[in-house]
Parts: sequence; C-alpha cells; structure tokens
Amino acid sequence: MTKDRDIQIGEAGGILAPPAVTAPSVLRERRKTLVSPKRLEGLAPSYDLIVVGSGLAGLTAANRVARQGQRVLLLEQHYNFGGLATWFKRQNGHIFDISLHGFPVGMIKTCRKYWTKEIADSIVQLKSIRFDNPQFSLQTTFDREDFTRILVEHFGIQAEVVASFFDTLRGMNFYDDQRLTTRALFQRFFPGRTDVWRLLMEPIAYANGSTLDDPAITYGIVFSNFMSKGVYTFQGGTDQLIKAMKAELVHNGVDIRNYAQVEQILVEPEGEGPPRCVGVVANGVRIPAKAVVSNANIKNTVFKLVGAEHFSPEYAAEAEGVRMNSASTQVYLGIREGETLPFVGDLFFTSSAPEFDSEALCALECTSRTFSFYYPEIRPGSERYAVVASINSNYRDWADMSDEAYQHHKEKYAREAIDVLDGYVPGIAQKIDHVEVATPRTFEFFTQHAQATSFGTKFEGLKVSQELPKHVQGLFHAGSVGIIMSGWLGAANYGVIVANEVDRYLLGLTKPTAGAREESAHV
Amino acid sequence: MSENEVRKLILDIIHDIAPDEDLSDVKSDVRLRDQLDLDSMDFLDIVMELRKRHQIEVPEEDYMELSTLDGCVAYLSPKFA
Repeated sequence: MTKDRDIQIGEAGGILAPPAVTAPSVLRERRKTLVSPKRLEGLAPSYDLIVVGSGLAGLTAANRVARQGQRVLLLEQHYNFGGLATWFKRQNGHIFDISLHGFPVGMIKTCRKYWTKEIADSIVQLKSIRFDNPQFSLQTTFDREDFTRILVEHFGIQAEVVASFFDTLRGMNFYDDQRLTTRALFQRFFPGRTDVWRLLMEPIAYANGSTLDDPAITYGIVFSNFMSKGVYTFQGGTDQLIKAMKAELVHNGVDIRNYAQVEQILVEPEGEGPPRCVGVVANGVRIPAKAVVSNANIKNTVFKLVGAEHFSPEYAAEAEGVRMNSASTQVYLGIREGETLPFVGDLFFTSSAPEFDSEALCALECTSRTFSFYYPEIRPGSERYAVVASINSNYRDWADMSDEAYQHHKEKYAREAIDVLDGYVPGIAQKIDHVEVATPRTFEFFTQHAQATSFGTKFEGLKVSQELPKHVQGLFHAGSVGIIMSGWLGAANYGVIVANEVDRYLLGLTKPTAGAREESAHV
Repeated sequence: MSENEVRKLILDIIHDIAPDEDLSDVKSDVRLRDQLDLDSMDFLDIVMELRKRHQIEVPEEDYMELSTLDGCVAYLSPKFA
C-alpha cells in the first residue's frame, strides 16, 4: 500500500490535497529512474506475443492468447495495470476508483469465460441511477422494463412507440446505414422531445463520449447492452479486480512488467508483401516477438510506435483522419473516516443545462457532471465513502491554458462539484477531507492517449484498428476504438476478438488477404 | 471419426464455453443460438477451441456452417477424416 502511494493518477494542487508526491512534474522525474532496462531483467529471449499496454483490451488479449498455449509478455508503462480501469490511494485511507461504475451485464459472461469465475461472481448490480436537470428528475434501474415504464408514465410516450424503439435498437448491426445519426434516430421515434433525448443520451455520453451526431448504430449497440439488465460494478473495487487479473495472467504463464515504456514497435521489410512485425523496444531493450498487440491509442501506435513511413500513404492518411473522443475531468471527494453518507443512489447524472447538448456537455464552463457514489459495500470490510464527479471535457480547452488559468479552473471545478453535491446531500461539504482534481492534462500524462481521450476514437477508428494487420503482418491493435469497442465490456471483448486473429496468425493460418472482420463488432 | 464423435466433440466444447447450458436436448437442425444462450463471442470461442484442441481452422467465411449441430457435423467431419 505504501508502495502504491508513490504513483497515482491525480495531481498536485487540489484544494485540500497535499501537493508533493503525485504531481506529474515529480512523477516524471521518478519515472526516469524506474523506466530502466532493469525492469526487463529475467525475460525470455523472445515471445510469441508482446502486448503493449494493459487496458482491459490488452489484459484480456494477453490472457486469451496465453490460454491458447502461446508465450506472452505484457508491458505497461504505468505502475498499475488496468489502463483507465484504475484507482489511486491517498493518505487517511482514501481509495478512489476512476471508472468502476458501471458496465453492462455482459461483463459477467466475459469475465467468466476469459478470466475466472471468482471475478465474474464479484460483479454486482447498481440499483439506483438518478437524473436531475431542468427537464426532469427521476430514479431508475436503467433497464428496458424500467425505462419503458418511465417513458410511458413520466414522459407520456405510447407504449408501442417505446417497444418499437427498443426493438429497432436491438436489431441494429454493423451493416446498417452508418450515416443515420443518433439525433435522426431520436427524431424519428421521439420528434422534438428533447427531454426524452436527454434521458436516452446523457448516460451514454458519459459511458463512451458519443454525441447526437455519431452513427446511430454505435448508440444502439451500447445502449442495448446496458438496457438488457442494467448497470453493474465490481465488488471489491478496481484494485481487487486488477489484482485478480494479474494473478490469472501469471497463472497462465504471462510475463508481466510495469514501468515498461515501449518506445518502438519493430518492423522489417518482407519481400513484396507488407512489412512484418518482429518485436518491440522497451526501456531501451530490444525484445523479439512473432506478433505484437498494441493496446496503446491507435494513433500513437501508427505514428509514434511504428512510424508513418512503414505504411502506405493511404492508410497513414486514414489513420491521421481518425478523430478522438472527448477527454475527462474528475473531482475526487474523500469522506472523512468515521463519517457516513445516506444512500442517495449509485450514479447520479446532474445538469443545469436547459437541454442535452453534446457541446455544452464538454464545455469548459461546466454545467453537467455525473456523480459516482462509492459506499462501503463496494469494498466489503471497509467503512469508507467516496464520491467521484466525472465531467466530459475538450482536450484543447485544458491543454492550452496558462498555469494560472489551469490552477484556477481546477479549484473552480472542485468548488462547484462540492456545491452541487451539497444540494443533493446537505452537509456533505463538512464531511469531505480530501479533494483532488484530474484534468485532461492529468489523464494525458498517465495514459499517454492522443488528446487525452478517455473513450478512444470516433467511429472511423474501428476500421483503422481492424485493418492494421493488413499493413504490418503480425501487428494488431486492440483498444478503445469506434465507440462500440469502448468501455469495459467493449474493450475486453475486442481483446478476445483480436486474440483470435493473433492465434490464427501465430499458427500460420492467416491468409495474406485476410481483411478486417467487421461482423465481429457486435459485442 | 464418426459423425457421432464429431457431434460429441462439438457439444464438449459448447459445454466448456457455456457451462450453465443444458445440452441434453439440443436439436440438430435448429440454430444453436436459437436454442442456447450463445452469442457471436461464443462462436468465436468455438472456433478458437477447434483450433486449439483439434488443429482445425474455420475461416471466417465458413462461420455460417457452424450455425446448427447438423451443420457442424457436415462441415467438420471431412476435416477429421
């Protein structure tokens, strides 16, 4: 635990947080000594597969390929494994989860099949999802049955229209018209009903950064996943989940290393065909491998780790054109030991904006925030409470700020989050003894994602990700792309889909013309 | 390998992938996903298990052949010959 304290997501300069140890400037210095060839001592001379990055896609791909009997090495640049499935600890016993609440029920099956029964059995439902905004205030279990009730009773929508809407979503697949936007879909079923649009869209915007103008299929697939049975979380906390996953990786023979910064993915010319991936350079050490899965951001993979010169101009241009999803700001509020909170819901979508507006949702002038409440039940045996406010943000707003403006905005975000929260949980402000803010700059430092994206890429990123092996043999990408493959479930399942490709490649079964597997996007 | 053996080997794989499913009464000519709680990820698992256990590769364009138990037997039996 004391060891963990050194390296955390988070930054100096929360209102009450002690500045010192966690500032990126401090961590940057520390990394210089820790990211060293010594971290990579004891590795095998070569691997069947190296996985670059340990987000849920990287972790799951590594585990799946190892189970097929291949020799796998997993490299993570950060201290913790898990990518944005992460947490940090602070003095006075605080633990903050970054993205634990919540994911669709499908995660139970995914964990059971690709991880362990114990992990799957620790997944529990969040029972109370709340909304409060100028258009409505309500509570729901966030499943089809309850949403149908709400849409009919609260919003006065005809039951047949609601049923038809849900059926349409469920029937959506990858081959549908990708030009249909979510806005047009909503307009078709609920014309002019911006209150309904808000109910349907706001939670998904926080789940995957999508907007009303993204393809409707991305909305339909993700929303249907949630609507099947509600929202789930992992009892035990993110730390326990990742600990269990690490143990399972080791059990399956995967070598895992943290503080292992991959600097380069090595490719060699291969006759007339596309170049072939032959390994990586990490911490200055060359590690040969037959295949590499990059769980780094797709643009970082193409342009920083491989290099544009190894790709056709067409593919490089396509990769260049991939848009990132929005970034995030989070305010972490730790409740003093011994204090308690009443149950006020698990996830609370709050907004003072008159209507749902994708741009306003990310604007620096913050009107909308989602509170995740962490009660003691999340870590059985603990008696601690924490609240995390999540805000969608534009990377550029924060990246371009002066240091003074940056400090000012961080404090403003913290103050406003506490004020809003105090309106819902009167007196909570007096119970808080730790406040800390992570901004897109913080996330950029810790994740190294292009533009600090917290939800991967827009839709077009999926194609670029899937087609990577056509351009460099033996190089695969698995990670948050295309909106569909985002979030815990999407990322983990994408890891499995890519593991199948890797397995086939390693056994020499890949046909030279193998293309992207588009139908596999139905997760 | 007899057709019955191929059939059993497929059911063994499905049992391992979906341990909660009752496989005692699987109809041979009905789509597996219509009688069992199987999704596209499960079919991916079946393909990976066939490769791991029996060194049989099912290319993507042939995934449809595995939609029923009869289909599996017809498609896979020659590969075991």
